Amino acid sequence: MANPLKCDLCAKPATVHLTQIVNSKIHKVDLCEACAQAKGVTDPSGFSLADLLLKASLNPEPAGDTKCESCGFTQQDFKKTGRFGCPACYSHFSGILEPMLDTMHKGSTHTGKVPQRALARKSLYERLTQLETELDQAIKAERYEDAARYRDEISQVRSTTGRKSGA
Amino acid sequence: MKINELIESHSELTDTSASKSAVVLMTRIRLARNLAAQPFPGWAKDAQKREIRDQCMQAVAALPQMKRGLAIPVESLDELQKQILVERHLISRELCHAKSGSGIVISKDQSCVVMVNEEDHLRIQVLRSGFQFKKVWSTINQLDTDLEEHMDYAFSPKLGYLSACPTNLGTGIRASAMMHLPALVISSQMEKVVRAVNQLGMAVRGLFGEGSDASGSIFQISNQTTLGESEEGIIKHLHGVLTTIVDQELNARAKLLETDPNKLFDKIGRAFGILQNGYLLNSGEAMNLLSLIRLGIDLGIFADGQRAVVDRLFIECQPGHVQHAAKGSFEPSQRDVLRAERLRLEFAKVTAPDFSHAAN
Repeated sequence: MANPLKCDLCAKPATVHLTQIVNSKIHKVDLCEACAQAKGVTDPSGFSLADLLLKASLNPEPAGDTKCESCGFTQQDFKKTGRFGCPACYSHFSGILEPMLDTMHKGSTHTGKVPQRALARKSLYERLTQLETELDQAIKAERYEDAARYRDEISQVRSTTGRKSGA
Repeated sequence: MKINELIESHSELTDTSASKSAVVLMTRIRLARNLAAQPFPGWAKDAQKREIRDQCMQAVAALPQMKRGLAIPVESLDELQKQILVERHLISRELCHAKSGSGIVISKDQSCVVMVNEEDHLRIQVLRSGFQFKKVWSTINQLDTDLEEHMDYAFSPKLGYLSACPTNLGTGIRASAMMHLPALVISSQMEKVVRAVNQLGMAVRGLFGEGSDASGSIFQISNQTTLGESEEGIIKHLHGVLTTIVDQELNARAKLLETDPNKLFDKIGRAFGILQNGYLLNSGEAMNLLSLIRLGIDLGIFADGQRAVVDRLFIECQPGHVQHAAKGSFEPSQRDVLRAERLRLEFAKVTAPDFSHAAN
């Protein structure tokens, strides 16, 4: 105990000592009072030592707490749990996600398996919706020849999806 | 199939005909999948969660691979049943603690499992005894493709399969092998191996995953990154690392035999003596003794046919299995008596070690 511990960030004598277990790993950090304040260590709403240790957290935090429009999940929630609320969170929080991906993974673009059948189903569904809108418009504008063509196409698309889901 | 039937029947890992492989005990791959436009299990309301569970379980149970298997909500299992499934590596500890709205579908041979509403809507898992990545990948790939026929997965062309935790993003794959590395442990090389494996971007865990200890010198080694590389690439990379570790283990065994065979034989012989005569054995000690017997089998000190027995006992000496076999709930100290009794019976049938032809 002869040498007082130094602050991990600025090398002044450390007075705040923290231990946190994240994913069963022990993280220890020693900070001086000023750095502890600056890093929000004294924030009662909690903070993640892992984040503090990560370089990413050294970036200034964006003002305000953004919310996922689809599920109401907030950035604070993500910081607390390390999980997202729904698939749409990935686009709402892409700003905080992208810098993390580089340290977390080999790359930031998916190169693996693609759900071919689900995607084919989705594009057929989208085609169907589009055709239905066009059919409506054609009827309204009294373009009956076009309307007949759209109707035929719709029944054709429907029969393909019918076969697919029945297979 | 009912849960009790499943517990009584032989599983992929407790089946005595399956184990032939030294070093790699089991190969396992899991895929994380989620439904499009639905909140992840950790954020979904209870009613939503149950709806998602019913939809997923129905689709999964209808797969031909799950025919005559078990499909059951987690809340209808008692603590002991859940513990047994964990000890068989079929479900995670996290799923056991799930409050409500989670489910499990297990194939009849217990090699395919789908956990519903664990961290993700679907955690598809296939496991096989031995070192069999090709087979396991082709099975799980097919299972996933078949399931996709009936469900719309949350998928982004850029980020791949979207998972609750960004660490599983992309392929959602975790491929792992359960390895028996006694010689690396005895010769104190394991720390070095762990460090090297970590540096290659892979994780080393104990027998029961995150946070568990490596009793029995059994380690699980798996990929950590899931995005930016294809499934085949990830598996190939892991396979390469595991092959190197197998070689390291075999080298360490050869070295032990060469430099100080008496010390090694003494360990194995004593292990046999305790298993045949011990009266109190906790699971950690039992695992370590069984580990030495398995090493003895690999070295030709015991008959080859015993390997399957040891592999089965690795699972059956776990607390849940011990209590199940004794048909009741027992305190740890009582379990130690029961476990020792069971092992005495098993090892009374085993022929004494013959050290004269020991070779790697």
